[in-house]
This record gives sequence, C-alpha cells and structure tokens, in this order.
Amino acid sequence: MLFLGDFSVIKPEPGLIFWTTTIFLLFWFLMSRFAFKPITESLKKREMDIQGALDQAKKAREEMSNLQAENEKLLAQAREERAQILKEAKEAKDEIIAEAKERAHAEYKRKVESALQDIENQKMAALVDLKNKAGQMAIDIAEKILHKELANKPEQEAFAKSLADNIKLN
Amino acid sequence: MISIRKFCILLVFSALSLTGLAQHGHENHPQEQAGEAAHPGGQTQDHPAAAATAEHPEGEHSPCGHSLSAEHEFNAGENAIHHIADANAIHLLGNAYFHLPCILYAPSQGWTFTKTSAFDAHHHGNGTKSHEGYVLVHANIMRLQNPALHSGELPVEDYMEAEEEGADGKPRTVFYALINGQCEPLDAKSTLDGGIMGGGITSFYDFSITRNVFTMLLTVILLFLVFRAAAKASVAREGQAPKGLQNFIEPFVTFIRDEVAKPNIGPKYEKYMPFLLSVFFFILGLNLIGQIPFFPGSANVTGNLSITLTLAVLTFLITNLTANRHYWAHTLWMPGVPAVLKIIIITPIEVLGLILKPFTLMLRLFANITAGHMVILSFVSLIFIFGDAGQSLNGSIAGIAASVPLTLFMMTLELLVAFLQAFIFTMLSAVYFGAAVEEPHHH
Repeated sequence: MLFLGDFSVIKPEPGLIFWTTTIFLLFWFLMSRFAFKPITESLKKREMDIQGALDQAKKAREEMSNLQAENEKLLAQAREERAQILKEAKEAKDEIIAEAKERAHAEYKRKVESALQDIENQKMAALVDLKNKAGQMAIDIAEKILHKELANKPEQEAFAKSLADNIKLN
Repeated sequence: MISIRKFCILLVFSALSLTGLAQHGHENHPQEQAGEAAHPGGQTQDHPAAAATAEHPEGEHSPCGHSLSAEHEFNAGENAIHHIADANAIHLLGNAYFHLPCILYAPSQGWTFTKTSAFDAHHHGNGTKSHEGYVLVHANIMRLQNPALHSGELPVEDYMEAEEEGADGKPRTVFYALINGQCEPLDAKSTLDGGIMGGGITSFYDFSITRNVFTMLLTVILLFLVFRAAAKASVAREGQAPKGLQNFIEPFVTFIRDEVAKPNIGPKYEKYMPFLLSVFFFILGLNLIGQIPFFPGSANVTGNLSITLTLAVLTFLITNLTANRHYWAHTLWMPGVPAVLKIIIITPIEVLGLILKPFTLMLRLFANITAGHMVILSFVSLIFIFGDAGQSLNGSIAGIAASVPLTLFMMTLELLVAFLQAFIFTMLSAVYFGAAVEEPHHH
C-alpha cells in the first residue's frame, strides 16, 4: 500500500531547498551579469539603431518628396518661362517681319517713284532732245528750203526761229 | 486575446491535473492486491520492532517486513512514484549507477562526506554496505537508528519495508536493514513538512548532490554556456544582423521583455528582467531536460515541491521587498472601505492573498510536471502490465501497441507544457511584481 509519505516529491527537503537556492541565486547573478545584460543592451541598441535608421529613411523620403515638389515647381516655372519667351520671340519676329515688310514696301514705293521720276525726266530729256533734233531737222529742212529762198543767212535764221516757237509742243 | 490564452492554459492545466489525479487514484488498487499477495503467511520474530508490525503478515524471506530485493509483482504506481522521486545515485542500466557525492549531517554525528559508490549498490539501487551508519535504499540514503552501527562499513544483507502506525496514528511505510540477521530500523532524511505529508525531522539531514541537484547544475551550466555564446555574439556582431545561436536566443529574450515584463510591470520593468529571464530559462531548461527519458535527463526537478517552493519564495520576496506604499496601502488598509469591513474581511483576505499567490505558483508548476511525468510513466507501464512483467510476450506486444502512441502523445503534450509552465510562472511573477510597483491611478 502506498502512503502519502512515499510520495517524496511533495515533502520539502532542506537539502534540495538549500541547493536550489544556491544554484538559482548563482544562476541569476551570473546570467544577469554575463548573459542577459549584454544581450538586452545589444538588443536595445539594435532597436534604437533600427529605429534611427527608419526615422532617417523617413526623413530622407520626406526631403526627397519636398525636393521633388520643388523640382516640379521649378520645372513648371521654367516651362512657363519658355512659353513666355517663345511668345515674346514670336511677337518680336512678327513685329520685325511687319516692320521689314513695311520698310520694304516704302522702299519699293520710293524706288518706283524715283524710277517714275527718272522715266519722266528721261522722257522730258528725250522729248527736249527730240524737240531739239526735230527743230534742227526742221531747221535743216527749212534751211534747205529756205536756202533756196533765203540767201541771206541772218534773215533766214530769224524766220526759222519764229517758226520753231510757233510749233511748241504741249 | 489574453483571456483566450488564459482560458487555454487553465484548460490544459485542469486536464493535466485531472489525468494525474485519475491515474493516482487508479494506482492504489493493484498495489493493495500486490501488497496482500506478498504477505502469504506470518512468521514471528525476535526484534523489538516486530511488536509494531505484528498485525501485518510478514514476507516470506524476511523477519520484519517484505524484502525489497525479492522479485515481486510489477506495480505501476510504485514504479511511477519511484521514478519521479529524487535519488542519491542515478541509475544508468542494469546494475550500473552514476555515483554522486553525499553530504550528510546528523546532529549526533556531525558531517559525513562520501560518494554513493561507498554503498556498493547493485540491485534496485540497494546498497550492500553501510557507511558510518548510512545505507542506500532504493537509491536513497537512510540512516540506521542503532548508534552501535554508526561507524565503519558493515555488510547489509537485505532491506525490508513494512507498514506501521506512526505516533500520530497514521499508517506509514518503515524500512529496515538486515545486518547480521538482525532487523535494524532506518530513518529517512529530514523533511520540512512537519509530519503532515508523512515526513518530518529525523536523525539526519541530507545535503547531497542528488539526481535533482546534479540535473540543476548540468542545466545551469548548459544554459550559461549557450547564453554566454549568444551574449558574446551580440557584443561582437554589434551593428550586424543577428546570426545562429544568437538569433535563436534573442527572440526568447524579446518575448519575455515585450509580452511578459512590459505589459504587466509597466515602466519599471527593467529591474525585474534578470529575475524573469532567469526563472523562465531555469524552469524551461529543467522541464526540457526532464523530458529526456535517459541519462543525463529524466530527473523530475520542476516536479519536486522543494524546487518550486524555492522559486515561489523568491517571487514572494521580490514582490514584497520591492512593493511601494500604494501596494501596502491597498493590501493592509484598503481605501474607500468601511473600517469594520477592512478589519473583518478585506485585510485578512489580502494578507492571505500575499501568501496564496506564490503558493499557487509553487503548486501549479509542481502539479503539472509531476502529473505529466506520472502519466507518461503509467503509459510506459502498460507494456509491463499487459506483458505480466515479462511473462507474456503477446501481452507485451499488445502493451507496446497501446503504450507507444499514448506515450508519444503525452510526450508531445509535455513538450507544450514545458514551455507553457515556464511561461506561466514567469508571467504570473511579472503580474505580482506589476501589482507591487503599480502607481496610484489619478482619476
């Protein structure tokens, strides 16, 4: 028959208590000093490092996005400026072309006018020349005619001159 | 989440306790029968102890009880209780023992230092020699009561056990050594249960390195080496990713810190961390080593009340020595409750609670591990019960067929329990520490 007394594991034994206390206290001391302390410290440090790295990454990302926004803004500004410049250039071009056209037109007009003037002058000169030539010819003819009729030369010339004046061209 | 976890733990605990109890209750019957079978006829003796044992029929071969060396029927309950008990020598195989140092103290004799090999044990852990009045019975040291035998070495022929009525009227098992044909009564080592559990202060104290102490030392050394390696790696590999053993250990440490210490203790958790980690790994290591069914494992360390008592007392001391004013105010003089009620009910209950909390810690761990070991041992015993202790081969085969899956299942469950109980002990210690350092709430 088994009695409670045979169930030795439920009887607190001084020897076992003494050894458990000694071994556990020693274990506690040695482990906390040589094992848990370095492990927990390195864990803490690593956690802080990781947190730091994550924070930094977040900051970098934020900065990056800020930078990107700025870049975009700059780009947009540049684009706008380009458009402005292009517009201005176009305007300037149009203006220059218009001016040039105008000037060319004026020059052309002036040239045409002067050419017309020249032509007129030439025509007048040619007419005068023609008149002179025709007068000379008329004189010559008249002279020949008159030569026969007018022997006296001064009388002849006066007569011719009165004749030429009568046939003045309009 | 926590409540589900607590519920599961409670379920496992109660299931285990129940199986343990059921097993224990079951064991008693075959034992009684076996006990009676072993006492076929009476035989008068001339020893004075015979008077006390007269009402019991005596064993065939011995004058004062039935012989421990005689082969008797296999008894599963006795077997289980023997295997979960502490021992002074570790049984390896056959008659081979791993001998351990003995440190014995008898107030009348002083200190005795020896080794279990001095007792020349050969069968069932029974020594064939006495050493300065000490003998080895079932691998446990006992002391001869007769002062005339307290020196030198004497050959011991046999050991006997008999059931006697103690001074308090309770029946108990007493042991005798047969020396020179004389029945010499033996004293068991002193225990601190005050006789409530069949022990008490006897003529000597055993401070030996027993199987449990040896296992504790082994576990502590193994744990220290493993953790030292991990700690060195942590320091050496600073700024690098953890690797190998370090990577295995660190999650446990962070688990205790983030899941146990921080949520239960609060901002002051750091000073309790070394104790929580120590107690967790100490219990876990012992639980796991206790699961190995052969040397150097198999010792039922955390299933021994002395060990769980020591750990629970440490939790108790730390809780109460680090407690703040708020905690003591709530324990001794609960605010907002009428004084009469405080004196009659609240304060006594709270003070009782101070002791009950570590008491439950002690019992929970002890009961779980002991129950688990006993269930496993009972399942293994099926082979011997079915096989009629080696008489029937077919029975043995049937026993093996039943035993192996059951044992396998139990061992797997025990593996879970090993972790669970280490966690629970640590967790509840943290809860008690948390209550002790909790700051008053400002509403």
